[in-house]
Amino acid sequence: MIKFDHVTKMFQGGAKAVDDVNFTVEDGDIVVLLGPSGCGKTTLLRMVNRLESITSGDISIDNKSIKRLNDIELRRAIGYVIQSNGLFPNMTIESNVTIVPQLLRWDAKKRHNRYKELMQLIGLDPEKYAKRYPHELSGGQQQRVGVARALAADPPILLMDEPFGALDPIIREKLQDEFLQIQTEVKKTILFVSHDIDEAIKMGDKIALLRDGKIMQYDRPADLLTHPKNDFVSQFIGEDRMIKGLSLHTIKDLLREVGLAEMPHQHYDGKTVAGSQNLRNTLSILMNQGAEQVIVTDHNEQEIGAVTIDLIQRYIAKQIKGKTDASLPFERVVR
Amino acid sequence: MNWLNDWITYITIDLSHILNLTMEHVELVGLSAIVAIAIGVPLGIYLTTNEALAGTVLQATSIIMTIPSIALFGIMIPVFSLINQGIGFVPAFIALILYSQLPIIRNTYTAIKNVNPDLKDAAIGIGMKPIQRLVRVEIPNAIPIIMAGVRTSVVMNIGIGAIASFIGAGGLGVLINQGITRSDEKLIVTGALAVSVLAIIADAILWIVQKLLTSRGLTD
Repeated sequence: MIKFDHVTKMFQGGAKAVDDVNFTVEDGDIVVLLGPSGCGKTTLLRMVNRLESITSGDISIDNKSIKRLNDIELRRAIGYVIQSNGLFPNMTIESNVTIVPQLLRWDAKKRHNRYKELMQLIGLDPEKYAKRYPHELSGGQQQRVGVARALAADPPILLMDEPFGALDPIIREKLQDEFLQIQTEVKKTILFVSHDIDEAIKMGDKIALLRDGKIMQYDRPADLLTHPKNDFVSQFIGEDRMIKGLSLHTIKDLLREVGLAEMPHQHYDGKTVAGSQNLRNTLSILMNQGAEQVIVTDHNEQEIGAVTIDLIQRYIAKQIKGKTDASLPFERVVR
Repeated sequence: MNWLNDWITYITIDLSHILNLTMEHVELVGLSAIVAIAIGVPLGIYLTTNEALAGTVLQATSIIMTIPSIALFGIMIPVFSLINQGIGFVPAFIALILYSQLPIIRNTYTAIKNVNPDLKDAAIGIGMKPIQRLVRVEIPNAIPIIMAGVRTSVVMNIGIGAIASFIGAGGLGVLINQGITRSDEKLIVTGALAVSVLAIIADAILWIVQKLLTSRGLTD
């Protein structure tokens, strides 16, 4: 658990980069620090491993103030991933991945075993890459190695500063998916800086939206999208927030809440989608192919029913009704 | 062809003398280079942590470089006379060390300063101590530029070392000097050629050293 308690960072000259920030990151959660450039999100992240000093207030990890910890030991107990991956070009991939275990003086055998484990986790062949150097890898591979390095000493906490920000959209999405998969195995407590609302919705268990060093809203992505607390928040998440919100729900959710439509009787040769597909993409597929419905398949690729735009609308209405009053923007959409 | 025959005859007769002078030259430049590196590289690294001093030191070494070499050797004489070493090996040795400092210190300082800030950030962020950062990240990534400074200074000093003969430090300058006073171009050409060959060999050896010291990750 990471607790931010009235954390403030003042730079020389009196500019406040972080202004009285309070929130708590629960164990095993990914919290995305989201906001425009210069909102203080990176500074806030870097205060956790003391790359930036704290002007006032305190940050504690498992109820221990980080001010009372030795900064070298603190950093070795926190995984750190940065946008440019920060791999050391003079070291082999194996050296890069096991650098923290080296600093912690693990013996060679234990290090090598850990290296193999991590490479398998990130989906790269350990033997093939052991003696390669970072420049021989693609950007996506380098970033994966950067994640492996951060996980090497099995730290309970990861700090990730726009880790996928420099990658092209396709690779970025792939790495996001892979990382979420890895997270289900390693269950780290993660602070994740991003300026991309879609990435934040996808990656975050919670989102802390910042502006001028202050937290505007700290909520689960669904709540942030449906209940923006102020104009800045609703502006930042955009007019299409309902559409964005659909990416948080899958066809399975829809099946549970409102059920699927019957399979069409006549022969159907359109697209099928998996039940794990999110509703945003499903809606997009529906509109793309101009058909009334798409066929849904379960994990055995058996066709189990169909989804229509109507059903998605009904799902939205029901989901929202369950939670909130009638003043929400959904009302207009759904009627 | 006559001249060429004379020259070859001279070299065969005087070969041991020429080789002796070459060895003296190598000794003078080699020892001064070793000491210059031992001073210049650590000083260059230290200066990256002390900006105020860095400006002053780089300025001072630049000024030393502007002193004509013959004048610098001249200045050494009265200074080292105080400890009865006014002429000979010691003043020449010291003068060459001073000359070497600018390329070595400046290249080291610049190379360490210019190591990608993301690498430094990552090194600090994963919990390296300053000395580990220096040894594992900064120096290995700065080696090519540091070595370029070393090569420049050594090649330069092989040339300047020829002037050291004026203050009795021996070396290949002796041949050139004798050639000038006796109007014997054979001696001048022999001396000059030997200095050039020495410089080329030294640069090649240092290039190999540089390759060996540089991680494959920085070159391929």
